[in-house]
Amino acid sequence: MALKMVKGSIDRMFDKNLQDLVRGIRNHKEDEAKYISQCIDEIKQELKQDNIAVKANAVCKLTYLQMLGYDISWAAFNIIEVMSASKFTFKRIGYLAASQCFHEGTDVIMLTTNQIRKDLSSPNQYDTGVALTGLSCFVTPDLARDLANDIMTLMSHTKPYIRKKAVLIMYKVFLKYPESLRPAFPRLKEKLEDPDPGVQSAAVNVICELARRNPKNYLSLAPLFFKLMTSSTNNWVLIKIIKLFGALTPLEPRLGKKLIEPLTNLIHSHSQHRDLTGICASVSVLISLSSGMPNHSASIQLCVQKLRILIEDSDQNLKYLGLLAMSKILKTHPKSVQSHKDLILQCLDDKDESIRLRALDLLYGMVSKKNLMEIVKKLMIHVDKAEGTTYRDELLTKIIDICSQSNYQYITNFEWYISILVELTRLEGTRHGHLIAAQMLDVAIRVKAIRRFAVSQMAMLLDNAHLIASNAQRNGICEVLYAAAWICGEFSEHLEEANQTLEAMLRPKVTTLPGHIQAVYVQNMVKLYASILQQKEQAGEKEAAQEITQLMIERLPQFVQSADLEVQERASCILQLIKYIQKLQIKEVPVAEEVIALFAGELNPVAPKAQKKVPVPEGLDLDAWINEPPSDSESEDEKPKTIFHEEEQRHSRHRQPEIDEEELARRREARKQEQANNPFYIKSSPSPQKRYQDTPGVEHIPVVQIDLSVPLKVPGMPMSDQYVKLEEERRHKQKLEKDKKKKKQKKEKRGKHHRHNSLHTESEEDIAPAHHVDIITEEMPENALPSDEDDKDPNDPYKALDIDLDKPLADSEKLPVQRHRNVETLKSPDSEVPLVEKKSKKPKKKEKKHKDKERDKGKKKEKEKKVVEEEEEEKKVILQDLHYFSSCCYLLLSLVCCLGTVQTAESIPITSFLNLTYDIQGNLQNDSQVTVSVIFENKSTSFLKSMELNVLDSLNTKMLRPEGSSVHDGIPVPFQLPPGISNEAQFVFTLQSIVMAQKLKGTLSFIVKNDEGSTHEKLDFKLHFSCASYLITTPCYSDAFAKLLESGDLHMSSIKVDGISISFQHLLAKICFHHHFSVVERVDSCASMYSRSIQGHHVCLLVKKGENSVSIDGKCNDSTLLSNLLDEMKETLSKC
Amino acid sequence: MTSYYLHFSVEEQHDHEESPLSGQPDQVKSEDTQQQIIRETFHLVSKRDENVCNFLEGGLLIGGSDNKLIYRHYATLYFVFCVDSSESELGILDLIQVFVETLDKCFENVCELDLIFHVDKVHNILAEMVMGGMVLETNMNEIVTQIDAQNKLEKSEAGLAGAPARAVSAVKNMNLPEIPRNINIGDISIKVPNLPTFK
Repeated sequence: MALKMVKGSIDRMFDKNLQDLVRGIRNHKEDEAKYISQCIDEIKQELKQDNIAVKANAVCKLTYLQMLGYDISWAAFNIIEVMSASKFTFKRIGYLAASQCFHEGTDVIMLTTNQIRKDLSSPNQYDTGVALTGLSCFVTPDLARDLANDIMTLMSHTKPYIRKKAVLIMYKVFLKYPESLRPAFPRLKEKLEDPDPGVQSAAVNVICELARRNPKNYLSLAPLFFKLMTSSTNNWVLIKIIKLFGALTPLEPRLGKKLIEPLTNLIHSHSQHRDLTGICASVSVLISLSSGMPNHSASIQLCVQKLRILIEDSDQNLKYLGLLAMSKILKTHPKSVQSHKDLILQCLDDKDESIRLRALDLLYGMVSKKNLMEIVKKLMIHVDKAEGTTYRDELLTKIIDICSQSNYQYITNFEWYISILVELTRLEGTRHGHLIAAQMLDVAIRVKAIRRFAVSQMAMLLDNAHLIASNAQRNGICEVLYAAAWICGEFSEHLEEANQTLEAMLRPKVTTLPGHIQAVYVQNMVKLYASILQQKEQAGEKEAAQEITQLMIERLPQFVQSADLEVQERASCILQLIKYIQKLQIKEVPVAEEVIALFAGELNPVAPKAQKKVPVPEGLDLDAWINEPPSDSESEDEKPKTIFHEEEQRHSRHRQPEIDEEELARRREARKQEQANNPFYIKSSPSPQKRYQDTPGVEHIPVVQIDLSVPLKVPGMPMSDQYVKLEEERRHKQKLEKDKKKKKQKKEKRGKHHRHNSLHTESEEDIAPAHHVDIITEEMPENALPSDEDDKDPNDPYKALDIDLDKPLADSEKLPVQRHRNVETLKSPDSEVPLVEKKSKKPKKKEKKHKDKERDKGKKKEKEKKVVEEEEEEKKVILQDLHYFSSCCYLLLSLVCCLGTVQTAESIPITSFLNLTYDIQGNLQNDSQVTVSVIFENKSTSFLKSMELNVLDSLNTKMLRPEGSSVHDGIPVPFQLPPGISNEAQFVFTLQSIVMAQKLKGTLSFIVKNDEGSTHEKLDFKLHFSCASYLITTPCYSDAFAKLLESGDLHMSSIKVDGISISFQHLLAKICFHHHFSVVERVDSCASMYSRSIQGHHVCLLVKKGENSVSIDGKCNDSTLLSNLLDEMKETLSKC
Repeated sequence: MTSYYLHFSVEEQHDHEESPLSGQPDQVKSEDTQQQIIRETFHLVSKRDENVCNFLEGGLLIGGSDNKLIYRHYATLYFVFCVDSSESELGILDLIQVFVETLDKCFENVCELDLIFHVDKVHNILAEMVMGGMVLETNMNEIVTQIDAQNKLEKSEAGLAGAPARAVSAVKNMNLPEIPRNINIGDISIKVPNLPTFK
């Protein structure tokens, strides 16, 4: 056997390790895949062996292969095996592999929970560290829920290395398990003031990350961050805080005012010594300033000035950051950025793509009516020059964004815009064909005056479709044909050479286009056909009419054969229709009117969110079945998905070709009537601009003066430039005219020409649009809800973290503590009975401190009783667990931490007016301070005000008073108490020595105000500072504990208490609870416990239980402290 | 910032990428998308000139406009980080510098081959700086101390049993005439003049 093992380990030496694998892969460049599959086979063999070192080596190699893109999820279980190795070396390999390949879908991940928990509580800090690092990469909601409490315990670990990791990972836990945020938040907040800079920065990091998503919940932290900002020397922290303020200032204007001075100083000081630190900080400052201050022109001016310096810098990084910051300012103060247009246009020519993209972004906010054409022209030049599709696509979207922003506010000449769009179609390989198409449709539908021009351009596009659709499959630009076909069909009355266009649409090449485009083609060629038919019939050219019908019948079958269902369906439908028309034509029956009637009526643009915004009427259940659901077989013949936008409206159209015009008008009238009475019909709004659709007549289309100077439409020629020139001339002419007019008649205003819905600035009022255009606003239902809430993504993972953190914690809000499943079933008498006894003996005067501050008197007692009971309940469960699984001492640790917020409190004598309850808590950060929290409860029916608390200081213990006040002054309580209300105030005491318990005398003076008047009252009380209140529950691991005991510099003392009848578990819980100890280890009826004082004294206890007695041996750095502690403990225990 | 990192080397071009990827935690990234991201990133980064800024936007693969690539170029290596808008750009540039300097300390005069052959160690170093996508530590001394302590622990665990394995691996490495020690990154200790240390 031994021989075998030796042999095994020698074999192992010659196993391939990671370096060999890498070397092998480099040597097998030609047949890499084959070599790797060989290696994977070897690895599979290695994983089958029992030796953990072999397994770890295999997993290590797998991690490398995963990096090369090979799937290693099949080895997930082996990875878990390596994670659970006892040696750190292997554990680290396992966790690394897990962090690389585990994700939420990995099913074995739930097997890791206990392993991770064990590692988290490992005495070796690096085991804990590596577990935290791994967990941060693959935490799932389940893991987060189960481990939240363990991680929270680690947040107060003694080692800063663990603390900082635990703090940081909490963010991931919050994301996955949002319920943990509120219980964990107080401790997280505490860590902002951790003595270790690493931990502090981690806490800042987490809170900033949280606040970035939901800033309003973190407003209350502003003062704390303000303090940190002015005191911190760590630039990482500083920048994070400044960014946080950037998010907070819009919510709280007062904060902005307060910040402006320190931030301005920061900028000034940093721009003097031009170091990276300073610039980096000042850039962040600038950004946050700009987003926060609504009306602080001086500081904005300063920002923009400094940014200009950055942008002009030769360092490309600074240039980039300057532009980035500028775009943030642009959002709030567009005016101040606009003055730097020259600089930004200059950046468009930069050789660096990142900088050009940034500059592009800024352009969006700088356009005006005056410069739009000029800017777009510049961009078009860039489009031509641009290499690389990403940048070109970006340019394209930007051009469209800039032109279409705020309802085409800046466009004065739509012909120019259409020609820009047409020019853009010459871009090859762009992904944004659909964007251009959407713009074409939108403009043609909404700007009536432009339709004639648009139709002529679209006809040209259709004619040159072969250029656009050369390689239709991967070319996104062919989408524009969709728009072109639709526009030509729908507005065919404007088409000059309809025949030619129709022929272009019937070309065989069309069948290579994507299905949805062909479908639109088919539909719209009928529209075209109808209008041609009408033309010919009116002109009396019967033969020409029959010719065109013949053409349709000849060419349509190619669409009937289409593989696309939609195309096929439409084509066969239409083919039959046209065959029927042909029959009628042969009989010389005039058909054109009836065919035209197929497409009567006009389409209106509908706002994209219109449907969503209609409120659901009361009593209407949208989820209820109208009819019983059909059987499965029926539901399967669904229509294919290719439905184009307009289909909805088209349903309302009349399809029967038989009805004549009169009948049509009658029906339309009737339908309108019906719609008017139907509350569910989405009516067009009654604004005058939109009424045109009720009477689809030519007279309502504004008359367009088509400028005869419009250049000839030569296909493929850039034309937009000419518009720019024309526009300039036109403007010049206009100006001259205007000047003349002004002289004559100053009062005349030109406001009439202003387009609906557009905002004009003073300077722009001079430019009148080239055509009198009417932009139809998109339809919205009358009773639409104005809210925009639907913009939010319901799946946003950060939405769940939108939690109010200032509300006090409710009783139910605790992190789940691991409990053993079989607790309920195991009912052993010795754990059950004493609990009942204890409950009955429980001294009623003890009250639990509770954070809920405002509740009424009656409820309070009841609630508190409930709290007590709940705690008992929890203790009971844990005690039972302890009994059966005494080795799991970490359970109790976590329990103690969980209970840490509800500590023993003592009552100060009750008067008829007021009940004071106080609790003393030590503070690890400051070794000579304790905080006394006092709950004031008004038990009278009078109003209590002007409360002032004073304590007679002793030499050792002094109340911390505001500077400048004498030792005899009291501290005013910062609130008043209406009857029945309670509230909490905190007072800080400084101490020199903590080895002795102390009692301080104090007085509370207050004014009682009721109907009879007000009286001045006084209440004397005593504050008892027990030695236990200086102790802070600190977890300790058994090996550290053993070392501590061996060190020999501890004093020893012991006590023995007789007549103890309660169970040992119960007894331990009592010591933990009242004296702030934690259990280190427990064996049978013997347990070691540990605690630490705020001044760093270690206190170790060995508790042994005899028949009816308990003996406690204590060891402590200070003998006086120890004996006092033991005395207090004796007192507690003798009450049992 | 990061949800996981991957590590990649394209030997033909002698480039090396370290790319902590930006995190939509709920987005499961398969090995294929991972490789695609690396290819695209490499494509984007490698064609950039020397005198341009160190920031790159765009690239749908890296998760939208909130994210950007921040990279530094050292001799034959590119170090690329992908971060969201909550990180300071110059801060990350400095973090890369800290990372490279840390590598230099831990590997004693780091070269490209060190990184290729000891991917696991690089990961461990990175894990001390970035955890679950958030910056954990920026102080180089602290990082080096922790790494050293962990290496010590590893050595003590290996003990006697590890000795023969180490010997074998030393022998294996001796047979490697092709490891050229001279591709050291020359300018690693020379900071870019206008980017002093960010502490």
